[in-house]
Amino acid sequence: MITLQPPPSATTSHPTPIVIGPAQLRAPRRAKRGTRIRYALVISAFLLPSAIPLALFTLVPMFGALWVSLHEWNLIGAMKWVGLNNYASLAVDPDTHRAFLNTAYYIVGYLPLVYIGGLTIALALNSRMPARAFLRGIYFLPVVTSWIVVALVWRWLLNPEYGVVNYVLGLVGIDGPGWWTDPQWAMPSIILASAWKDLGFVMVILLAGLQAIPADLYEAATVDGAGRWRKLVSITLPMLSPSTFFVIVISLINGFQVFDQVYAMTGGGPAGASQVVVQQVYDLTFRYGRAGEASALSWMLFIVVLAVTLIQIRGQKKWVNYA
Amino acid sequence: MRKRSVLALTIAVSIGAAAMFFPFLWTIITSISSGAGLAATPQLIPDDPSLAAYAELFGNTPFLQVMANSLGLAVATTAAQLVTGSLAAYGFSRLPFRGSNVVFAIYLATMMIPVQVLIVPLFIEIKMLGLLNTHVGVLLPGVASAFGVFLLRQAMNAVPRELDEAAKIDGAGHFRIFGTIVLPLVGPAVATLSVFAFMGSWNSFLWPLIVLRTPELQTLPIALAGLQGQYTTQWDVLMAGSVISVIPMVLIYIFAQRYVIQGVANTGIK
Repeated sequence: MITLQPPPSATTSHPTPIVIGPAQLRAPRRAKRGTRIRYALVISAFLLPSAIPLALFTLVPMFGALWVSLHEWNLIGAMKWVGLNNYASLAVDPDTHRAFLNTAYYIVGYLPLVYIGGLTIALALNSRMPARAFLRGIYFLPVVTSWIVVALVWRWLLNPEYGVVNYVLGLVGIDGPGWWTDPQWAMPSIILASAWKDLGFVMVILLAGLQAIPADLYEAATVDGAGRWRKLVSITLPMLSPSTFFVIVISLINGFQVFDQVYAMTGGGPAGASQVVVQQVYDLTFRYGRAGEASALSWMLFIVVLAVTLIQIRGQKKWVNYA
Repeated sequence: MRKRSVLALTIAVSIGAAAMFFPFLWTIITSISSGAGLAATPQLIPDDPSLAAYAELFGNTPFLQVMANSLGLAVATTAAQLVTGSLAAYGFSRLPFRGSNVVFAIYLATMMIPVQVLIVPLFIEIKMLGLLNTHVGVLLPGVASAFGVFLLRQAMNAVPRELDEAAKIDGAGHFRIFGTIVLPLVGPAVATLSVFAFMGSWNSFLWPLIVLRTPELQTLPIALAGLQGQYTTQWDVLMAGSVISVIPMVLIYIFAQRYVIQGVANTGIK
């Protein structure tokens, strides 16, 4: 499958191009067979240590999941071929609808919160101020924390009876809600914790984008008498659109796959109020032993994520501004 | 900007940072509050601070063992990803062959496959290999990371090829050039990958949750999630566990902040 090119000779000073023309294709045939085999062995030694695990633990399982999704299977007994029945039954299952709706609810709540929050802080930290690196470090700290810790800590902060948040709300005369114990407030609790954890990540990406905007654009705008607001709307936001695009694509991909914090904060409850798609995949597999349906659901999720990502990539021409 | 507005902005950003930090602070405070005081009015400075929660944790749960498990797995994952990643990066950067670009594109594509799609077949694979409930089973799917290959290849592409050529004239083979010239020059990228690999393993949850069953084999996130069932309302113990599992990551972050932030910032630039 792979034809080899001879190793670049010691006399060529320029890097060997990867694009291979007919002249170069002829070269290996002329090279000694032993040299070619030795070069192939060298390439294998460099690539196989990563290629084998990636193939075995990513590509094989990916198509394995497709295979399993066409069967009825409890992980132990024999697999029974059911064709596309798993997909058909999941498509009309109210549990599936609820899981996708809850996932959409999560994304709709989480994305604006984390983007606007991250942008505000990035804008503030982009101007000169004392202890800027230290402050940036504090905002980033939750990013390195595990989801399980974040979930535990927020369960405690948002504890309906003894939590410090409801205590503070009580001081100003607000009777705090039941947060993660209340079906209405379970998802907002998860959204709040998630936004807190990811804010620093969004901030760093947007800061890198802000620092790439040429200063002379702002100088020209100042000469033209533009105010701060005008500069934000006419220069900063359009110039920042590639970073914004990246944040949105990544946040949507991660948002559809939300699991750890749900598992640890609510387990999908109360009464399924925060049941999301991946939690459903997990429950189907390891709680109910319905591996075929679980695989079908994970492929449905993958296709949805892929479609949403492709739509965004196609739509980016309309609003993303690549210099 | 005028001095006064800089001051106002700094104060506003600092208040925000304090709010961001508060959950960490509250975790520490709770972990040293005695159980009885927890149900009363929240206190910023506990009446009689004690380390009872930590004693409980290390005395009555296999927490020390669990920490060692997490550390071992994180170190092994990091080492494996550095070896597989740097070798592959050199291959894609310095060893041209027909189809190289296609193979590299397949590597990148594996980054986009969500873990959840892989779970069931991966579980079966590991089960068939007889590696369920073992650390090797947890480790194996993570020994190579396409992200690492990508990161290191970018860095190696920036190393001038004249250096290779000079070594080649001196009779050095690819393994020598890799080990003595290219690899030492991509130190910052290696540091970034190390931090990310360590963090990914240290914080990973779903996969170890599925593979590991025996309490003595569990990793920190799994053990913490399990503590919730055991110490439902003993928040001092739960927060002590959180403090302990966050500390190593925070220490690494403080020392490698530059590389972590640079790594994230670079992913945002196409």
